[in-house]
Amino acid sequence: MNNFLSLIAEKRGLPGVLILALVLLVLFPLTMDINNLNLAGRFLAFAFVAVGIALSWGYGGMLSLGQGVFFGIGGYAMAMFLKLEASDPESTAAQTTPGIPDFMDWNQITSLPWFWEPFHSFTFTVLAILIVPTIVAALIGFALFTRRVTGVFFAIITQALVTIATILIVGQQGFTGGANGITDLRTLMGWDIRTDDALFTLYYISAVLLIGCVILGLWLLSTKYGSILTALRDREDRIRFSGYNVAYFKVFIFAVSAMMSGIGGAMFTLQVGFMSPSLIGIIPSIEFVIFAAVGGRLSLVGAVYGALIVGYAKVMFAEAYPELWLFLIGSVFIAVVMFAPYGLAGLYDKYARPHIQRFMREKGWLKDGASPTLPSASTEAK
Amino acid sequence: MSDNKEFFSRRTLLKSMMAAPIMASGVMGSRQVMAAKPATSEINTTGLAVDDDTVKVGILHSLTGTMAISETGSVEAETLAIEQINAMGGILGRKIEIIKEDGASDWPTFAQRTRKLLREDNVAAIMGCWTSASRKAVLPVLEKENGLLYYPTFYEGLEQSPNVFYTGQEATQQILASLDWLWEEKGARTFYLVGSDYIWPRTTMKIARIHIEKVLGGKVVGEDYAPLGHTSFGSMINRIRLRRPDAIYGAVVGGSNVAFFRQLNAAGLNGNRQLLLSLATTEDEVLGIGGENVEGCYSAMKYFQSIENDNNEEFVKAFKERWGEDSVIGDVTQAAYLGPWLWKMAVEKAGSFDVEKVAAASPGLEFKKAPEGYVKVHKNHHLWSKTRIGKWRKDGQADVVYESPELIEPNPFPEGYQ
Amino acid sequence: MDYSMQDLMAIFAMQGFAGLSFFSVLLLMALGLAIIFGQMRVINMAHGEFMVIGAYTTYVVSEVMGGWGSWGAEYYILFAIPLAFLVAFLVGMVVEVLMIRHLYHRPLDTLLATWGLALIMQQVFRSVFGAREVSPSTPSWLDGAWTPTPMIYIPLNGLFIMGLTLVVTLGVVWLMYRSRWGLRVRSTMASREMSAAVGINTRWVDRLTFALGCGVAGIAGAAFTMISSTGPTSGTLYIVDTFLVVVFGGAGSISGTVVSAFLIAQGQSILEFFLGSSMAKVLTLLVIIGILMLRPEGLFKSKVRR
Repeated sequence: MNNFLSLIAEKRGLPGVLILALVLLVLFPLTMDINNLNLAGRFLAFAFVAVGIALSWGYGGMLSLGQGVFFGIGGYAMAMFLKLEASDPESTAAQTTPGIPDFMDWNQITSLPWFWEPFHSFTFTVLAILIVPTIVAALIGFALFTRRVTGVFFAIITQALVTIATILIVGQQGFTGGANGITDLRTLMGWDIRTDDALFTLYYISAVLLIGCVILGLWLLSTKYGSILTALRDREDRIRFSGYNVAYFKVFIFAVSAMMSGIGGAMFTLQVGFMSPSLIGIIPSIEFVIFAAVGGRLSLVGAVYGALIVGYAKVMFAEAYPELWLFLIGSVFIAVVMFAPYGLAGLYDKYARPHIQRFMREKGWLKDGASPTLPSASTEAK
Repeated sequence: MSDNKEFFSRRTLLKSMMAAPIMASGVMGSRQVMAAKPATSEINTTGLAVDDDTVKVGILHSLTGTMAISETGSVEAETLAIEQINAMGGILGRKIEIIKEDGASDWPTFAQRTRKLLREDNVAAIMGCWTSASRKAVLPVLEKENGLLYYPTFYEGLEQSPNVFYTGQEATQQILASLDWLWEEKGARTFYLVGSDYIWPRTTMKIARIHIEKVLGGKVVGEDYAPLGHTSFGSMINRIRLRRPDAIYGAVVGGSNVAFFRQLNAAGLNGNRQLLLSLATTEDEVLGIGGENVEGCYSAMKYFQSIENDNNEEFVKAFKERWGEDSVIGDVTQAAYLGPWLWKMAVEKAGSFDVEKVAAASPGLEFKKAPEGYVKVHKNHHLWSKTRIGKWRKDGQADVVYESPELIEPNPFPEGYQ
Repeated sequence: MDYSMQDLMAIFAMQGFAGLSFFSVLLLMALGLAIIFGQMRVINMAHGEFMVIGAYTTYVVSEVMGGWGSWGAEYYILFAIPLAFLVAFLVGMVVEVLMIRHLYHRPLDTLLATWGLALIMQQVFRSVFGAREVSPSTPSWLDGAWTPTPMIYIPLNGLFIMGLTLVVTLGVVWLMYRSRWGLRVRSTMASREMSAAVGINTRWVDRLTFALGCGVAGIAGAAFTMISSTGPTSGTLYIVDTFLVVVFGGAGSISGTVVSAFLIAQGQSILEFFLGSSMAKVLTLLVIIGILMLRPEGLFKSKVRR
């Protein structure tokens, strides 16, 4: 454990994580009412995906436009568990077949499909949320990366995967709830998730898990593995010639990012009370990338801020000036890509950080030589 | 929405308000426009945003995003109805104050805005939602916070919430009468069912198939669904042609609907050669499809802009004065217009804004001045209404060729059709 | 079901035509992108919006010329198509100058920036033309079907689009592979430094190539007003299919795009005939992904070393 913490501390990140924890765990709950906090919780659920994207794209060079698939797997797994709990035989007594979810009854399905059965178990559900996205991503990654599908091609293929997933979910409505999704989720093992207290607790769980994911990511990057990964993004061929099997590194980081997305999806379902295909389609999947890009593709902490800032900007600005919202977000996006490719984190490193460090040195808070820097902010992303 | 519609001139607003009392006088009788106000404490025991002069009502639709195309008309109709009610003195002496929220074509946003409307603004009622998915998303919030929603869109049924009034048709109200009409008037014996691949068309076609096969004794020769957003219908049209149905029964929506009609027409299956009845084509859609591409096809709705009666004449006139001469009014827009009026009547009957009392007072309400004609609230929270069949003209309006003789009972959970 | 031989032949013929017609639609959509993505490696997510520029241009022309009497209403499309090309071309040029040229060395970033551009363009369409869909009227000489036998209906607008696709494809192939300008483009894409060294103005080559791709998208948009919807967000309907066609064909070769559009169109339209649209779409996408896994560079490998 000591070793673990020192690894983070030596590299960049620990102060950033601490500040993030302070913001999420203290500042937000103190200053926001439960509605806004719930909103923030939703954005944090997206932030899981954004952190995963920062890892796989920023460090691994794999831009996935298909993270919605993994977000969806996590979200749907959780929704299936909650839906089964909400569909006990008493509350569904009016149905032709009591005890199955209402939308199945409407679609003349008379018994629970086999792949729904295990979702009666919470343990299984949690395992599914963590493992299924990981395995799916590993399989996709394995198939694509061992064939050296890279960059743009990877992006387009993952986008096609999202299209397939959406068409299937919408089309197979008897099994999936179709376009309406799985709705009206009420309790988690008897605990009403719609009350203010529950939303408050769920917010904290999301925030803590998210910080955990950020720390996990930073730790991964601080290991030898992380250095290889970064090197790989910048000069894949050299790493390959050095005798590493490049594909496995990529598969691994892609699977980790998928797992994070899955957790995000599950937390989203819990906080919103439903899951639907419109949340995992092409546009949401690109929005996840937007969060990471605005926050700074090389900064895991930045990705969290990216999700929060874009999310809030959307709510505030779209409310006040709905006609201008697309202009704003479109321009911000272009501006970020053109003028601040490393996003807010990059801007911070370039403009704010030197001042802060000088200030800290003057105060004697920071020793010379211990100044952490982003590893690759000076190199161009490929 | 085109922005200039937002900036209406003061004069047109005044004019439309002047028109309102005339139109509404029949509803109210002479009793109570200037009647003494009841005390706020009596009519609001549940902490709603009602004071001595105002009552807050939420309008919740997508003002942005892909659904804004469809939901614009509903916002306009609801706003118009509320302005007219205010011009007549409001409800129980209270003017309605509109709180407009944007669902942004995003279902979680709909849920979140509903929560905000109910908990922060304490609105007495919400007029809103358009897609089934958005309604499903807000439903748990409504039931938990005990809100009241007036939902305007025709939809698949299979739902009946104490907190929702459905001012559009549920599926059987559109389907059964239109199939009977095709069977009897047009002699259709074989049917081809076509829809977009999601819940409303699939539920609709399920009911249609049962009615055709079990009740009418006809034959369904094909059933096809296209993914939402699908734009190439060549193969589907060939499948249809191969089966030679007497009638095509369609529920394709959105951009696909435009492509479907345009390609059907180009393939020679136009209104003159092929009997086609659509459940998802209103005046709004025809704008995008183009009148020449639907000419001669039929739609089954409860309302067409061209319905001839005094109520509708006044409504269309007021709507155009308020929102511009070029406005078209589709079925859902009219249904959205009913929401505020039905709510007003229920509140006045209950003598209270409290949600339970309003809901309890609603069944049996009769609204004689509805543009579609007389409607009645059923105890299952849907409306008794007529089914009409319109034949599209080139100018984008429909000739009403059939009107069910009686009001049709809403039946969201149709026995034998599931 | 019993069908006569004649019926089946007629359906066979019409189904063949449906496949060809879908092929020309896909190809027309993808040509512009094949130039921009294939040659320049710019991922233009706003490609669909450039098509919508063409569609709205057509709408405006039809409204204006419709007012000139029946002659205008009949033949506006012949003026709208070149104008759609021109408008999309010019907008493309502006976009290149302001945005794209700064991003040539970062292909994935062009994806993100053009996505932002797409959002802005959608809002422009909505502000100018309203949120509702519009419909340019179909000229009567393109309305209806050609019926060589009483049972065969060949949609005239489908024939028109096929003809247009043929002309545009030949034009693009000629430009890229037969003209001096195409030679410059290809040499620039192969090696920017060398081309600059031998006196090619690579900046203008880039600019015109990008604008050409946008212009071709504009033509596609103009043609599609006849068969599909025209609204602020119509462009998003096309983007996935378009990219798949280009990627599947092997970016970098126009002939690859042609073959890929043909295979996808025929495959999907045959599957659609037997399985219905939803399953056909899913199967087609799966097969494409499967093949791309086996041949990551697409059907036709680009011979240019990068």
